[in-house]
Amino acid sequence: MATNTREAHGDLVLENVTKEFADFTAVDDLSLVVPRGSFFALLGPSGCGKTTTLRMVAGLEQPTHGKVLIGQTDITGTRPHERPVNTVFQSYALFPHLTIRENVAFGPKRRKAADAVRLADDALELVQLSHLAGRKPVQLSGGQQQRVALARAVVNQPEVLLLDEPLGALDLKLRRQMQVELKRIQSEVGLTFIHVTHDQEEAMTMADTVAVMNRGRIEQMGPPERLYDLPQTAFVANFVGQSNLGVGRIHGTDGDFIVAEVSDTKVRIPKQRSEIHDGEVMFGVRPEKVRIHESQPVATGNDVKATVIDVSFTGVATQYLVTVPSGASWTVYEQNLDVEPISLRPGDDVWLSWDPTHAFGVPVDEDGRKAALAEDGA
Amino acid sequence: MTRARSWVSDHIAMIIAVAVLVYLFLPVLYTFVFSFNNYRRSNIEWVSDGSPTLKHWANPCGAPGVCPALVESIKIGAIATLVATALGTLIAFALVRYVFRGRSSTNVLVFLPMATPEVVLGASLLTIFIQGFRMDLGFWTVVIAHIMFCISFVVVTVKARLQSLDPRLEEAASDLYANPTTTFLRITFPLALPGIVAAALLSFSLSFDDFIITNFVSGNETTFPKFVYVSYTRGIPAQANVIGFSMFLIAVLCVIAAQVIGSRRRGVAA
Amino acid sequence: MTTAIAASAREAGDPQLTPPRRGGRRRGWMPYVLLLPGLLWLTLFFIVPLVQLGSASLQSQWPGAPGYYYRDVNGANYLDALSAYGVHFLRSLAFAGMATVLCFAIAFPLAYAMAFKAGRWRNVMLILVVAPFFTSFILRTIAWRQILADEGPLARTLNALHLLPGGHITETWVAVVAGLTYNFLPFMVLPIYTSLERADPRLLEAGRDLYADRLTTLRTVTIPLAAPGILAGTLLTFIPAAGDYVNAELLGSDTSTKMVGNVINSQFFTVLGGYPTAAALSISLMVLILVLVLGYVRRFGTEEVL
Repeated sequence: MATNTREAHGDLVLENVTKEFADFTAVDDLSLVVPRGSFFALLGPSGCGKTTTLRMVAGLEQPTHGKVLIGQTDITGTRPHERPVNTVFQSYALFPHLTIRENVAFGPKRRKAADAVRLADDALELVQLSHLAGRKPVQLSGGQQQRVALARAVVNQPEVLLLDEPLGALDLKLRRQMQVELKRIQSEVGLTFIHVTHDQEEAMTMADTVAVMNRGRIEQMGPPERLYDLPQTAFVANFVGQSNLGVGRIHGTDGDFIVAEVSDTKVRIPKQRSEIHDGEVMFGVRPEKVRIHESQPVATGNDVKATVIDVSFTGVATQYLVTVPSGASWTVYEQNLDVEPISLRPGDDVWLSWDPTHAFGVPVDEDGRKAALAEDGA
Repeated sequence: MTRARSWVSDHIAMIIAVAVLVYLFLPVLYTFVFSFNNYRRSNIEWVSDGSPTLKHWANPCGAPGVCPALVESIKIGAIATLVATALGTLIAFALVRYVFRGRSSTNVLVFLPMATPEVVLGASLLTIFIQGFRMDLGFWTVVIAHIMFCISFVVVTVKARLQSLDPRLEEAASDLYANPTTTFLRITFPLALPGIVAAALLSFSLSFDDFIITNFVSGNETTFPKFVYVSYTRGIPAQANVIGFSMFLIAVLCVIAAQVIGSRRRGVAA
Repeated sequence: MTTAIAASAREAGDPQLTPPRRGGRRRGWMPYVLLLPGLLWLTLFFIVPLVQLGSASLQSQWPGAPGYYYRDVNGANYLDALSAYGVHFLRSLAFAGMATVLCFAIAFPLAYAMAFKAGRWRNVMLILVVAPFFTSFILRTIAWRQILADEGPLARTLNALHLLPGGHITETWVAVVAGLTYNFLPFMVLPIYTSLERADPRLLEAGRDLYADRLTTLRTVTIPLAAPGILAGTLLTFIPAAGDYVNAELLGSDTSTKMVGNVINSQFFTVLGGYPTAAALSISLMVLILVLVLGYVRRFGTEEVL
């Protein structure tokens, strides 16, 4: 049985997986296929069920319902050591009483690999830590420990490698560096990586596919660009980047667009960019897609009067926080292309415009309604 | 003047601390000094005409009974430590690693012996040995009693160590293909070991130094503390001072060695 | 010794450092297998003896055969024992209470200095606090007897200055309380040190910032921080002190300083027919201490002390 499941081979498949703890449902009827060899990110706020999902794949938790498969092999109910799955833990969980080499050789030795030590040394070379092989974990910096944890998992050539917020404890600069390195290592070893994170930028820069999780369910899944360009729920619109949102009612169509009214302003959304085609819709547009004008622009057909609340100059761009007629706050990024950027001050009246092909429409839900009203640009 | 006063008020805690340490060491110093006393009949007063002598240190077994008592104490301490450490460690593992019915009653049962005055423990053991189990008092009744009161201290010590361990380490081991037995042998046990060793040392010192319970259940068996207590009325031989002070030295050296090794282990990142 | 006391202080502070782990397979019978030998031992040699002691405390003596008893429910043993030795009970509580307060007064500045002032001397001081206790408890108490004796330096100096009212230090309650204080001091120092050591020194600075004067900081910040340690320390000092008889035996006098431990000891060993009385006294002492401890923990305490 043990060797059997350990030899499993193929895509990772979750079928209707549910995990209930005593008082709440952490993961709710989740189905998912992660193609073999891909870099997959599970993105979501803390408590969304992403770590529980990971632990069920590792075998550290068992699902209440549903199945976990690798290829054709059902590994539900098997124990962690019976699965071809390895984890890079958030706190690294390096064995403090073993040297770095012994830590990395731990897995190969348990699988009775004849050349465990050589495998470990190769893995350490991959993460560029060969020179520290004789040290103990406490003698290493956080970034080095992180790489040891990675080597300790990679050395086993698992079918699926799980990374639980592996960069969470590193400082920003090191984190960027490790993102690049993780990506390099993944393409070098060609293993399936599942990366759990709450950092949308991390997920977007590294993964081929990102699944956004919220309240135990996957809200949307796809390549990062697509998630950003066309969010399908209000939650995704706000969790992956920022969005300016407004609740509106659909009035009709205009060619390839549907027309909705948001607080007495008519806005247009491309038909294929809206999830909703009649009734209430949540209208959205990304902050960098919005232009800001000191006087009403001519013939854009999509403009809104607003009042500046706050201006912050960030160098490359200037970020404006404005109030729109619905009462919501919107954010606008204006690139500083001119030598003398427009000098707007809080309290000034301005007009906002955007290309209607950039707008998107998502269903109105409680998350979105709240976001639309309390949107503070943060 | 004011400067002196402010120096005193800044360092008041440290001044008191040093005074307390002196106070703590006073009787040890006394024991040490009187191990050199060149007395004739009883080692109570410093013999003013006699110069300090090394003869008690040269012949620590010179006084009748002192070394046999020491050997008994060491034997009892060793057996009690071995058994209590094993039994207590098992309990600690159960309490930290498992959720089970009766966990809180177990905690109470482990706590109670520590909250019971020694006279009561001694009296109850004496009663059961005589009236209940009808055992002859002696070496083994002392061992049984020492194991009993050491178990609780072992549980508390090992439990603290286990609770401070990251449970992720065991998860990581099982994630790295170690089955439960291997996980225990390769990860859990080596990491718990410092706590277990500390518990064993603690057990030994509790057992070695116990007088009250031992006195109840020992019958004719004489341990080192009992020897000292009994010979008090006649005057304690200076050899007892030699042995007492040597135990102190050995213990302090062990502690220092442990500290040094510990800080080496933790490593100076070079 | 350090670790156990530190550990119990830690328990007093954090009810559950690590909650029982979620996940994994936890087989129903495994914990019981681990518990069985230890709990069996504790049952056989702690619980059963206490029950036997309870039953002994109710036994009656065969008329005309001192030293021979039969099973009975003789509550009079308790009445007799408490009316005859009630004063010893009160004395035990008073002595143990005084020793506990003195221990706290001495231990707190020491623990405070170790935690916040000692810097790199911290570990050295920790060793120094524990070290004296590796010399036999009996030997040290006898050393005190000699140091405090009438012909010793302290008593002689005080007598020369006419500062010693009765002319003696030993053979008085002062010596007994001093001995108790000395012997149980580390049990107070270590838990307080442990809880202070874990406290964030920045909290103290913040306190000093807010209140400026040191006494207020001490009262409002430092002592509450040390509370779990103080709780554990007072219990670890009071309980053994209340049951002790060695200090009273070695440092006290024959009559006016005897504690309940001395009575239990002598009723068992030297008084023919004293068995039920001694048992009744032991049970009363245990119950009294448990009640006091429970009340104390209820009033000030945290859960996991029990």
